[in-house]
Amino acid sequence: MNLVTAINQAIDIKLSEDPNVVVFGEDVGVEGGVFRVTEGLQQKYGEARVFDSPLAESAIIGTAVGMCMNGLRPVVEMQFSGFAYPGFNQMISHAARMRNRTRGRYTTPMVIRMPYGGGINALEHHSESMEALYGHIPGLKVVIPSTPYDAKGLLISAIESDDTIIFMEPKRIYRAIKQEVPEEKFSIEIGKAKVLNAGTDVTLVAYGAMVREAQKAVALAKKENVSVELIDLRTIYPIDRETIVNSVKKTGRLVVVHEGPTTFGVAAELTAIVNEDSFLSLEAPVKRVTGFDTIVPLPRGEHHYIITPERIHFELMKTARF
Amino acid sequence: MFKEYNPLDDKLFQVIDKDGKILAKKHMPDISDERVIQAFNDMLFARTADMMAVSYQRQGRMFTYPPNFGQEAISGGLAVVMRDQDWLVPAFRELGAWLAKGASLKEIFLYFMGYEDGTVFKDAKNITPIAVPIASQLLHAVGIGYAIKYRKLDSVVYAIVGDGGTSTGDFHEALNFAAVWDAPVVFIVQNNQFAISVPFKKQTRSINIAVKGIAYGMECIKVDGNDLFAMVKALQEAAKLAGEGKPVLIEALTYRRGAHTTSDDPTKYRTKEEEETWALADPIDRLRKYLVSKKLWNEDSEEALLAQFKKEIDRQFEEAENYPAYALDDVFKFHYADMPADLRRQQVEYEKFLQWKEARK
Repeated sequence: MNLVTAINQAIDIKLSEDPNVVVFGEDVGVEGGVFRVTEGLQQKYGEARVFDSPLAESAIIGTAVGMCMNGLRPVVEMQFSGFAYPGFNQMISHAARMRNRTRGRYTTPMVIRMPYGGGINALEHHSESMEALYGHIPGLKVVIPSTPYDAKGLLISAIESDDTIIFMEPKRIYRAIKQEVPEEKFSIEIGKAKVLNAGTDVTLVAYGAMVREAQKAVALAKKENVSVELIDLRTIYPIDRETIVNSVKKTGRLVVVHEGPTTFGVAAELTAIVNEDSFLSLEAPVKRVTGFDTIVPLPRGEHHYIITPERIHFELMKTARF
Repeated sequence: MFKEYNPLDDKLFQVIDKDGKILAKKHMPDISDERVIQAFNDMLFARTADMMAVSYQRQGRMFTYPPNFGQEAISGGLAVVMRDQDWLVPAFRELGAWLAKGASLKEIFLYFMGYEDGTVFKDAKNITPIAVPIASQLLHAVGIGYAIKYRKLDSVVYAIVGDGGTSTGDFHEALNFAAVWDAPVVFIVQNNQFAISVPFKKQTRSINIAVKGIAYGMECIKVDGNDLFAMVKALQEAAKLAGEGKPVLIEALTYRRGAHTTSDDPTKYRTKEEEETWALADPIDRLRKYLVSKKLWNEDSEEALLAQFKKEIDRQFEEAENYPAYALDDVFKFHYADMPADLRRQQVEYEKFLQWKEARK
């Protein structure tokens, strides 16, 4: 199954076993979402549980906060991550803070799903990767799957989590990857990275749509006898410090790949972590293969911005031979 | 007029009916026959360009495009009323109004081919870029209006949003600010009855959109957006009020006959019957009927005109297709007045990769 089906199944399973789960957002009901992620769920569970909201991201997240305070577990959709910003106030000022400021009396167990990332020749505001913004907000957790299997298991955990989860879906690979995924319920722990490929020379960390590109770069490096340990981060916050540090202690070198802008990004955080916990193992400066500090260009210019396996390979080899 | 068509009564302001017959002579706008013929020509041109844009997209020569099909009289009315010194603050579905303001079709094609250059509209006066984030541009319109007042300019702002946009906070904030600041802004809601798949009745429980203006203390009216004369008249009256520092809300009731964008499939959320009913109220057909009945238009000559339009549209499209490749510099150089050193460094580093890649070939 592909990523879209896997996410649909995860929501379906939680709707069927927990009457407090509700799903809403723009076009998610009748149409099943512009990417058809929620297709068929309204027909199956009715309009009280799966429904179209009026067009207002702030209201979607704000009302979800209230639902949480009164016993529900909303799974809401931001149609594109680039349209989520009107909801930012509700995310930062309320969803992220509610537990702390009420000393645990009220919690916000909601999932905010949003397709993100470039590479689909989209209109303006449809291609950005702003996970670092969410990762930076105390009180939010941020999850990004890279495969259908992980998407299903992580989303089930996200819906069951008592915290607010920003669940970012790499739309570029919504239908690009197919994989055997169990039909039944399973979950994957949030906050755990996954070693996809064991290696000895360089640690390469990626997530979301960049994992596939990184895998291709690992193959290119192998041809030049460089052994790469590839880690799929899977959760942006809380970050899996242990897996990263253990790997870097072994390889002594780290390259991080992400689509989002370089400055103050996830790679910068990982750099700080390996400095803190594996400084003496480092044999090369940490390399960031990350988005420019620019707005993602419109499609005719996007090839300049999008990170290719070749570009990852170039930086991997420089780091390996530093 | 605004009193006669109080939105609380949910009356629709119309001047001609579906057959192009005049319903209310007293509301006929002050507009010459020549200007009406020109407006019809422009609407026909915009529709032809719009249809061709959809087909270029289908041929894989352009990316996602939002069709205007069925909504041409709203832009057509704006084209008649807007002066050079007035501002247009568009959303993303008012092709005719962009053209009227001086944007070229080539630029518009460039935008939907994936160049930022296509939303610069360098030869157009007083137009803001196409706005994809819903309704946020309305606040810019109010700011522009405040500046008009502050600078004592003779200008009015026409700001456009869709029915879905009226659910956002920005819409309500913009109306409120405009009213409080006495800003010369005419808000035009293109109520095409769908926000992608979500129908009007799920967007609001108000009897119409115009009524929302009442609470903000502004004049407001619900207009048949498929009736060019009604649009022109309403916009003329609104412009007068706006010029006196009284912002106006116009709900232009229309129907999106096409898809939300070329990525959308409307069969998922609406019926053929509904589409067919609205086809009968098509703005171009209505205006044509009016012109023919007044002997101002010869339908037989339309084919030759369309052929001429198509040639011109193809010419501009081909020019857009032959636009220079997107330079790497263009990714970086427009973000800041002076490029920060760190950003420059990123570009230089990337160029090193490109050199390495080139050398490996």
